[in-house]
Amino acid sequence: MTTILFYLFSALLLGAALFVVLNRNPIYSVVGLVFAFMNLAAMYFLLEAYFIGVLQVLVYAGAIMVLFLFVVMLLNVQPDRPHPGLIHPDRWWFGIMALIFVSLFLLLIGQGVRALLTSPAEDAAGMGSVADVGEALFTSFLLPFEIASLLLTVALIGTVFLAKKKV
Amino acid sequence: MDTFDLLATIIKVVIVFVTILVTIIILGLAERRVSGFMQYRLGPNRVGPWGLLQTVADGIKFLFKEDIIPDNVNRPIYLLAPVITMIPAFMTFAVIPFGVPLEIAGHTVKLQVADINIGLLYILALTSVGVYGLVLAGWSAGSKYPLLGGLRSSAQLISYELAMGLAIVGVIMVSGGLTFNEIITHQQATSWNFWKQPLAALVFLVAMFAETNRLPFDLTEAEQELVGGYHTEYSSFKFLMFYMSEYANVITASGFMVCLFFGGWDMPFIDEKALGHWGVVLSVLAFVSKVGFFLFLYIWVRWTFPRFRYDQLMRLGWKVLLPLGLVNIFAVGLWMALRA
Amino acid sequence: MALILQRLVAPARRGALKHSTYECGEEVEGSAWTQFNIRFYVIALVFLIFDVEVVILFPWAVVFKDIGLVAFVEMLIFLCVLTIGLVAVWRRRDLDWVKMVLPYARGRYARLTRDPD
Repeated sequence: MTTILFYLFSALLLGAALFVVLNRNPIYSVVGLVFAFMNLAAMYFLLEAYFIGVLQVLVYAGAIMVLFLFVVMLLNVQPDRPHPGLIHPDRWWFGIMALIFVSLFLLLIGQGVRALLTSPAEDAAGMGSVADVGEALFTSFLLPFEIASLLLTVALIGTVFLAKKKV
Repeated sequence: MDTFDLLATIIKVVIVFVTILVTIIILGLAERRVSGFMQYRLGPNRVGPWGLLQTVADGIKFLFKEDIIPDNVNRPIYLLAPVITMIPAFMTFAVIPFGVPLEIAGHTVKLQVADINIGLLYILALTSVGVYGLVLAGWSAGSKYPLLGGLRSSAQLISYELAMGLAIVGVIMVSGGLTFNEIITHQQATSWNFWKQPLAALVFLVAMFAETNRLPFDLTEAEQELVGGYHTEYSSFKFLMFYMSEYANVITASGFMVCLFFGGWDMPFIDEKALGHWGVVLSVLAFVSKVGFFLFLYIWVRWTFPRFRYDQLMRLGWKVLLPLGLVNIFAVGLWMALRA
Repeated sequence: MALILQRLVAPARRGALKHSTYECGEEVEGSAWTQFNIRFYVIALVFLIFDVEVVILFPWAVVFKDIGLVAFVEMLIFLCVLTIGLVAVWRRRDLDWVKMVLPYARGRYARLTRDPD
């Protein structure tokens, strides 16, 4: 049952992700991305990492994507016309970016394969529960946690200032 | 999971789903009858005894109405939006417990569709996804009023979601768990959270009204300025879907409120678990009557408070409820830390 | 498992509802999608930051009973830093919806000359 659902959600996730990349209407892409996140959350649920799954929905699907949707609607981007030509002498940096992207991608895949070859880490019962996260956050990772608050504040003020400058 | 559990879950899903549908039907009528009562008029009372079948008749009528899809809509999104609105609305109730566990033939059946260990966050997450239904419905219609309604509602929903989350944090702090059962059991052992955190209860109540887009926060469909808001261009069954989602959300929000602050299925001064089957019946009755009260409160408030203006709405959300929620967390934390 | 079951039940519901609609068209006057006010975007931005804050509050609230005063002080620092952000946004009047300030307002409009807070 779990295996079937895993493949089902994986297929849906990949399908949604491809839909996001391949289609030209930004609103559709946003909706597709939300759907992809929901499937990702479902996969976390299958792993019994309920907290992370819910965070995925709450923060990514519920907050970040709303922002994306607003941006897309705000800019009112029309569906993209096909580019006149991707390969052009002026676009040499496209090649560099593609190179970086591909090497990163290969690196990630390599990591994944290596992880598959080694034996999986033992996870304690109920790992990834909310209490675990809380415990870790407020004992071992206290300093990063407090720094995160600074980061959030800086991000808040910075983005709001930038957003307002344009008007 | 054995066959018994599977069967029990299926039965529970069916029962809860049917109950929500029936409650929506009753609520649809009650809203009009109570409104009538509050305005010294009768309200619909012709179809069936006491007009009970009025909502059913309305529903059937919706089915037989022509489904108009304007030419100017963005079709895929337009068709998707009611579905996106409806699914979370009907899925959220799954984690709300409506009675003490029932003992049948050596099995314990929890009166709750799904007891996941983060029940509270599950509701919050689904609520946050509910925004898309409204904003996409408003956008896809390709018309000005729905667009404005959808935008307003999305900004409203996300603003009040924060206040709601902060109010819930206070409750989690005292009960130390994210499942409804922990929260209710804790309230049963001590006292209802309402007595302990009236401030959080107030913040939650206001946020709850805003999250369900009900008066005095129904700016999304403020008819005087926005015709029908985000669902202006919807007709027939798609409109009915929005209508039903709104009522389903109202019911779930009431259940949520009851569980968080009013002890859920707990009947004061009575130990339901000691009473066997009668205790189960009693607890379900307690839950239903409490939810019923909040449903009534929804209608009551509708005819008591005028609609907010949009700037007032945003001010209330960001400058009153958000700080109040933080103050509540601070107060509860201080009290608990000093007492420990 | 029950949740998965719920998930499996949902599509049937969707199907039933979809089949009951029947298609028909009528021309309705409409207008194009336009740009809208940036304040919605700013609100969403502020919301995003505070949503993350609330989400961090949840695990804290769960373990709060066990850790006690230390956790309280830790969270107090965290919230104070974020409150600075809130105050900054508040002071910049990004939370205000009415931005209009009248230079020579009188009578009932007099308050528009002042800061509404």
